[in-house]
Amino acid sequence: MKEIEGNVLTEKSKDQKKFQKAEILLEVKNLKKYFPIKAGVFRSTVGWVKAVDDVSFYIKKGETLGLVGESGCGKTTVGQTILRLIEPTGGHVFYNNVDLFKLSKGQMKKYRSKLQMIFQDPYGSLDPRMRVKDIIAEGLKYAGMKNRKERYEKVRDYMQRVGVSPTYMNRFPHEFSGGQRQRIGIARALVLNPELIVADEAVSALDASVQAQVLNLLDDLQQEFHLTYLFIAHNLSVVRHVSDRVVVMYLGKVVEIANKHEIFSDPLHPYTKALLSANPIPDPTVKRKDRIILQGDVPSPANPPSGCRFHTRCWLAQPICAQEEPKLEEVHPGHFVACHFWKNLEDQND
Amino acid sequence: MRNATSMLGVLLVAFFIVVAICAPFLAPPSYGDPYQIPRSGWSVTPQPPSAQNPFGTTEGQYDIYYGVVWGTRTAFRVGLIVIGFALTIGMTIGTLAAYFGGWIDELLMRITDIFLAFPFLVGVIVLVTILGPGLNHVMLAMIIFYWMTFARLIRGSILQVKENQYVMAAVALGAPGYGIISRHLIPNSIYPIIIQVSMDMATVPLLAAALSFLGLGAPVGYADWGQLVAFSRNWIISSNGGNPFQFWYTIFFPGITIVLYALGWNLLGDTLRDILDPKMLI
Repeated sequence: MKEIEGNVLTEKSKDQKKFQKAEILLEVKNLKKYFPIKAGVFRSTVGWVKAVDDVSFYIKKGETLGLVGESGCGKTTVGQTILRLIEPTGGHVFYNNVDLFKLSKGQMKKYRSKLQMIFQDPYGSLDPRMRVKDIIAEGLKYAGMKNRKERYEKVRDYMQRVGVSPTYMNRFPHEFSGGQRQRIGIARALVLNPELIVADEAVSALDASVQAQVLNLLDDLQQEFHLTYLFIAHNLSVVRHVSDRVVVMYLGKVVEIANKHEIFSDPLHPYTKALLSANPIPDPTVKRKDRIILQGDVPSPANPPSGCRFHTRCWLAQPICAQEEPKLEEVHPGHFVACHFWKNLEDQND
Repeated sequence: MRNATSMLGVLLVAFFIVVAICAPFLAPPSYGDPYQIPRSGWSVTPQPPSAQNPFGTTEGQYDIYYGVVWGTRTAFRVGLIVIGFALTIGMTIGTLAAYFGGWIDELLMRITDIFLAFPFLVGVIVLVTILGPGLNHVMLAMIIFYWMTFARLIRGSILQVKENQYVMAAVALGAPGYGIISRHLIPNSIYPIIIQVSMDMATVPLLAAALSFLGLGAPVGYADWGQLVAFSRNWIISSNGGNPFQFWYTIFFPGITIVLYALGWNLLGDTLRDILDPKMLI
C-alpha cells in the first residue's frame, strides 16, 4: 500500500494497483458441497442439492472480496465450507499453501483462530446463556490462554475497540441492541487475532444507519489489524462500498469475478447485469430505462438446468447455452466470466 | 416469587425437606434401625390418635406419625437415587445420540425404544420378582425403566439447540466436542429436564409407594408412605357396623402426606417452568 502513496492516480487504477503485488492468502479450488435429499420411509438419498458446484476463486492478503448473489445461490455455504463448519463434498482450500480440507479435525483446530467468521444473525449467533465476557473470551480459552484474568483483560480491550463499553462485559446478549450484538460478534472473532474474516451477511440484519456504523468499524479494523475479508452479501450497495473485488454467484456457480469498478461499470455476465439493474438508485428523480427484469424463478439447485445454469432466464440465450457449460475464463486481466456471449455484452456496455 | 401457588409449592417442598432432615428430632427412634416403625402392641385393630401416637396406629399397631415422618426420608431417598441415576444414564445417552447423530443416534434411540416398549409397572414388577423384594431392588428396577424419558427429552432439546448459529460459532472458535456439549448444548437444553426432574420428584416416590402397596418394596414395618397406605387397606371403611369412617386416620395421614408432597413438587415444577423460560431471565 505504501508504494502508491503520493502518486496521482485515479481512484480506479489506484484500487487496481493496490493488490497487484499482494500475495494470495486463500485460494478456493473446485469447491463442491452437495446436500443429500432424503425421502421415503427409509430416508434413502434420492438426489443431491448442488448448493456449491465447482467454485474457484482466490483472496489476496489485505483485500476485501465481496461475494454476491441472490438468496439460495450458495454464498453462505461457500463461507461455511471454507472454514469447514460444514464438511465439503470436494475441492481444495489453500490457506498459506496448506490444504485445509486435507487436515484432520484436530489439525484444523490450529487454524481456527486464523480464520474467523462474523455471522449473519446477531440474535442467533451469541449464546443467550453466556455473559458477554465469556462469549468473547471463549475462543481464547480454546486457543490455550489459560489465565482467566488475562482473557478478560483482552476482552475489555477488544470491547473498547469495537465500540461496546467494557462496563457491559457482565451482561447477557439479550440486553444489547442488534448493532451492539454484531459488534460483540466482531470482537469475538477479532480477539483471536485472525488473518481472514468471513463476514457472512454481517450487516443484513441491521438497519441502515447501524449498517453504516458497522461497515465503517469493519473498515477501520481492517486498517488496524491488516485483515482480509470475505464479505458475503446480497446488498450490492454494501458490497460496492466495502469490496476491492467481487465474485458473483448464481445457483452454486461463479459467473463472474472482477474488481469492483469493472463489475459495476462493465459487467460481462448477463446475470451480473440484471443483478445490478435491480439495485435501487437512491434518487427518486432518476427514471430508469435500462432495467432488466428476469423472467421466472431461480431453478432448483437439486435439478439445475443443463449447460449454462442461467440460460433459462437469460435474454441472450442461444441453443448452445443449454448444451455446453461455459467455462470461467479470464477475459481481461483479473476479470473472469463464465458466459458464451460475454463479448455481446461488452459491446452493449460500450 | 411469582404468585401464591408458586409460593405454596416452594413452602411445601421446603417443609418436607425440613421434616426429612429433622426426622430424628421429630420422631426420635427408640431402638435399632430408625427406619423400622415402632409398634405399640400386636393387636390388628388400629388405635385412634392419642398423646403417645399423635396420628394413631395402623394395622399391627405401627405408629402412623413415626411412619409418616421417617417415610419422608424414604421418599426423598427413592426420588433422589432413582432420578439421579436415571438422569445420568438418560442424559448421557440422549446427549451422545443428539450430538453425534447418524448411526450412533439410531442405535441409542432404538435401545431406548426397546426399554420404552415395556409398560413401566409391569417391567419393574417382573424385575423385582426376579431380583427379590426390597427397597434397593425396587430402586434399581425403577432406574432401569425410568431413564428413557430423560434420554428422549434431552435428545430432542439438544437437536433443537444444535441448530443455533452460536453452536456453529463455537466450532469456528475451535471448540472441541466436549466444549460444545458442556458450554453450549447442555446449558441451553437443560431447562426442560429440570422441570421434568421436579415433576418426577413427585411421581417416583409415588410409584415406589405403589410398589410398596403391592408388597414389592420395603420390608414389613419399614417407614414408607406406600406401606402405610397398604396397611390401611382393610380399614378405609369399617364393616363392623357403627361409624364407617371409624378408622379414618389410617388412610388420612399417609394419604394427605403423599398428596401434599406430590402437590408441592408439581407446583414447584410449574414455577420453574415459568422462571426458567429464557426470555424471563433478567
